[in-house]
Amino acid sequence: MDALFLKLIVAFPLLAAAILLLSAGRMPARATCVIGTGSVGLSALMAARVATHATSPASLHVPLWSWMRVEGFSTRIAFTLDPLSLVMMLVVTFVGFLILLYACGYMRDDPDIARFFGYMTLFVAAMLVLVFSSDLLSLYIGWEGVGICSYLLIGFWHIDSANVAAARKAFIVTRIGDAAMLCGLLLLATRAGTLEIAPLLAAPPASATAAFLLLGGAVAKSAQAPLQTWLPDAMAGPTPVSALIHAATMVTAGVYLIARLHPLFAAVPAAMATVALIGLVTLLLAAGSALVQTDIKRILAYSTMSQIGYMFLALGAGAWQAAIFHLVTHAVFKALLFMAAGAVILRVHHRQDIYQMGGLARAMPGVFAAFLAGAAALAGLPLLTAGFYSKEMILQGAWHANPLLWAGALLGALATAVYIFRCIFIVFFGPRHTDPTGRTGATMALPLLCLGILALVGGWIDMPDAIAPVHLLSRLLSPLFGAPTAEGPSWLLWTGSLVPLAGVGLAWLLWRPRIRAFTPPEDAVARLARTGWGFDTLYDTLVVRPFVALGRLNQTDICDRLSDATAATARAGGRMLGRMQSGQVRRYAGWIAAGTIAALCLGAWP
Amino acid sequence: MIALPALVLLPAIGGLAAWLSGQGDRPTHLPWWVAIATIILQTVLLLVVTLTAGFGTGPWLGHFSIPWIPALGIAARMDMDGLSLVLLWLTTLLSFPCVILSARDIGERPGLFLLLVLTTIAGVDGVFLATDLFLFFFFWELMLVPMYVLILRWGHEDRRRAAIKFFLFTQGSGLLMLVAILGLVILHWRSTGTLTFDYFALADTVLTPATAMALMLGFFIAFAVKLPVVPLHVWLPDTHTQAPTAGSVLLAGILLKTGGYGLIRFVVLLFPDAAARFTPVALALGVAGILYGAWLSLAQDDMKRLIAYSSVSHLGFVLLGVFSGSPMGMRGAVVQMVAHGLSTGALFVIAGSLQDRLHTRDMRRMGGLWQALPHLSSVALFFAIASLGLPGMGNFVGEFLVLLATWRISPPTAILGAAGLVLSAVYSLTMIGRAFLGPPATGPDPDHAGPDFGVRQMTVLGLTMALLLVLGTYPQPILDLSLPAGPHATQPEAGRP
Repeated sequence: MDALFLKLIVAFPLLAAAILLLSAGRMPARATCVIGTGSVGLSALMAARVATHATSPASLHVPLWSWMRVEGFSTRIAFTLDPLSLVMMLVVTFVGFLILLYACGYMRDDPDIARFFGYMTLFVAAMLVLVFSSDLLSLYIGWEGVGICSYLLIGFWHIDSANVAAARKAFIVTRIGDAAMLCGLLLLATRAGTLEIAPLLAAPPASATAAFLLLGGAVAKSAQAPLQTWLPDAMAGPTPVSALIHAATMVTAGVYLIARLHPLFAAVPAAMATVALIGLVTLLLAAGSALVQTDIKRILAYSTMSQIGYMFLALGAGAWQAAIFHLVTHAVFKALLFMAAGAVILRVHHRQDIYQMGGLARAMPGVFAAFLAGAAALAGLPLLTAGFYSKEMILQGAWHANPLLWAGALLGALATAVYIFRCIFIVFFGPRHTDPTGRTGATMALPLLCLGILALVGGWIDMPDAIAPVHLLSRLLSPLFGAPTAEGPSWLLWTGSLVPLAGVGLAWLLWRPRIRAFTPPEDAVARLARTGWGFDTLYDTLVVRPFVALGRLNQTDICDRLSDATAATARAGGRMLGRMQSGQVRRYAGWIAAGTIAALCLGAWP
Repeated sequence: MIALPALVLLPAIGGLAAWLSGQGDRPTHLPWWVAIATIILQTVLLLVVTLTAGFGTGPWLGHFSIPWIPALGIAARMDMDGLSLVLLWLTTLLSFPCVILSARDIGERPGLFLLLVLTTIAGVDGVFLATDLFLFFFFWELMLVPMYVLILRWGHEDRRRAAIKFFLFTQGSGLLMLVAILGLVILHWRSTGTLTFDYFALADTVLTPATAMALMLGFFIAFAVKLPVVPLHVWLPDTHTQAPTAGSVLLAGILLKTGGYGLIRFVVLLFPDAAARFTPVALALGVAGILYGAWLSLAQDDMKRLIAYSSVSHLGFVLLGVFSGSPMGMRGAVVQMVAHGLSTGALFVIAGSLQDRLHTRDMRRMGGLWQALPHLSSVALFFAIASLGLPGMGNFVGEFLVLLATWRISPPTAILGAAGLVLSAVYSLTMIGRAFLGPPATGPDPDHAGPDFGVRQMTVLGLTMALLLVLGTYPQPILDLSLPAGPHATQPEAGRP
């Protein structure tokens, strides 16, 4: 029975996508919403049923069909439900459902709404395939599938070439990682003869190369340094897309992949260290960029990058549970932040510059409350928010792995609180720079309410022993990851609680409501940070432009010129020989004489 | 099995009938209907052949032989194995878009046009079946000549130059193959005293390594020109660009596959030792094709040229797979050929339709076509995504198996091949972005972009999409069929009569 439900959870969104895309926009907007949201809603219900039913930690295996079977290699499409995919399933279906519900309001007036919901449901289906697959190659279907949906949705408003360029950039940068990951799969398949996850992990072929190649895929997908440049541009997509794909689900696929294959990584200390380092570097760089952004969605994009950096840090530190816990809470509060930001953007006439907003708290108290809840969770304000508990778990894990990692993560936590409350103080307090119009409809308000509550209380599923001995998530995941490490000294907890508060205080000192209007900082460091520390420029000058320029230079194909040259030589030769037949008897006689002499000379040669 | 020559004769006769039916004074759609009837009959015939041959009754599934020129040991001999069957199906399926979509709107002499299209198909079918080397050469030539005329008569602005280039390249390399065939036959005659062109007999010829290498190279170059392999690809972009739509579809979808087929049947299986020694060079050429084709593809402004160079890139995978020396690579190469035939054939249909509507292939003058032509654009998007190798579509299965087989013998080659997948994303999405997305172009008036795809186009292309999806998610039947039967596998006579 559960096997059937598992298939249906994937089948509903897939079917909805097929219906919506084949309808080619002939369906009324309301029906489109019902089909799109309803299918994911049904999946969410089934997911809930499966989750409550499958209380035993034993995993459920659903083989579907054999995909490829050739000499020395075979792969099948099969689903597995284990604690990890159970958690991911719940995140994808529930957050996905709420975001689609929100999108019904957000995209209501878009003429292309059928295409939008078609791509969104296709994305949900692909993400579920990614999460459920028990074979790395069928996981790769979902992996690339979410990538192409991300491309289609970033460039959804395709009349603006900037959106199209952003979409293309996102796909190509992640494709670089995907190619690395494919090489990793080739290596594993050659070594083990299978890509099925369970046998691979039972006897992990301790291959540093494979771990690093797979890490390449994870880094690109999760927008970590040095392949992070696509994520800020990806904000060109509609806000529900940013919430679903570029905050809650797809970008965390890299974290999922590493957690899923953790024995493979744990066997290679160098890979673990690299994962932690990548996480640390990204979380600090992105937090720095978020501090100086002026576009509300870009603040959130850099914040996403930074928070996934935390997850990578946790993975690298071996704190698997912490990474997944943060993945869950982040999915909730970041989706909430994006949707609240979207509600703000709609009310202020599609403006995204925070310096043009200001004083919106009184005009839209509900949205403000939602944004505040999300921001508090993101900053990790102690006790009351979900983000606090997951971040606390990561800090503990980092402390155990290496105190330096812990110190870096703590610095990041300070920056996080500062940048998100900077955003709050500038957007919702102080003098008003624009007059909001309209109101936020129920379809948009309801998801904000649900996620707002979850962003506050959702963290209570797992708390430090010093507060309350609740360990629902850790215990659920422990068959996979083993028992979590013991907690560190209590001053760790105190530091972790006080630093975010200090960050909020700092933000208040710097950007507290004043009459004077703010201007964005304009010194060199701020400019560099705002453009993402110059990675884009670097890649552009080093790779993209030379490559394209050389291609342009060779547009007519040097090989073709060679063949043309041959043709020209033949023609010229023919013309020269043709000149011999001039029709003048004198010339012919001359040639005959020359030929005779040559023949005689040859004959006379000894 | 008498059905084998019928598979070749039917399109030829149907073509003649189409031509004759178009001889009247009034312009009529009659030849078009005759051609459609022909390809439907051909499909039925092929279905019958498939069913009677059955699955898994041995490597060779069908056999036909009558003496032709006994004095020279030439017979009209045909044998069919799984590889032939798969490629015959590809040919038959692709004849539908050729005939239904592009031949409909041919202004002048539609009868002659259809005659040429159908004789080309007949020649290709013959190539996939012939196991007498003389007969093979006959069909090899048969498919080239009508294609030459097609380009010369119905091509675009620079058709004369393109047609001559096409003819010289293929004919020149064909001569090389003829020399190799004759050399092999004469060596066989010298050592055994029997004069024969029979593929199975010639496979037993004892050759010194040097002669084997020389003869193999003769075949290899002929097929490498056709596949095409860098740097022998230069005829392809010009020919594709100038050919009429049906010609491009035939070329990309089917004619190039004769190169891959020849490499398998007459290079790797006929000269296994020489081919094994040649492997490093072939792998290098394959990977060079993948990267060079993709790199040039993304520099093009002409949409048909872009697709043509992407073909060079895709077919580099075929070369890798064929020379990977394992059944896995061979199967992957065949899947790649089928998937490339479907996806690139469809892309050429789309590029041709755009040229009909906008009278340009220049992507600098397109842009924003999605507004005016939503159906056409979404179909183009689908096939571009298939072409960049998204898992779940046929191209990925082919590329993956080829890369896996390549990784076993040379990981660096496989890594370079995988880098080609990044480039394929670049050129595919660049094409989509420049032509269909963005603000509507200033060039041709978007209001005069002409009608969007109608039921006829959407049906044919929709079926092609479905095939690509099935091939991508359930390729096992093709994988099972696609391993070619070697000349020593079992006596083909032992198969059903």
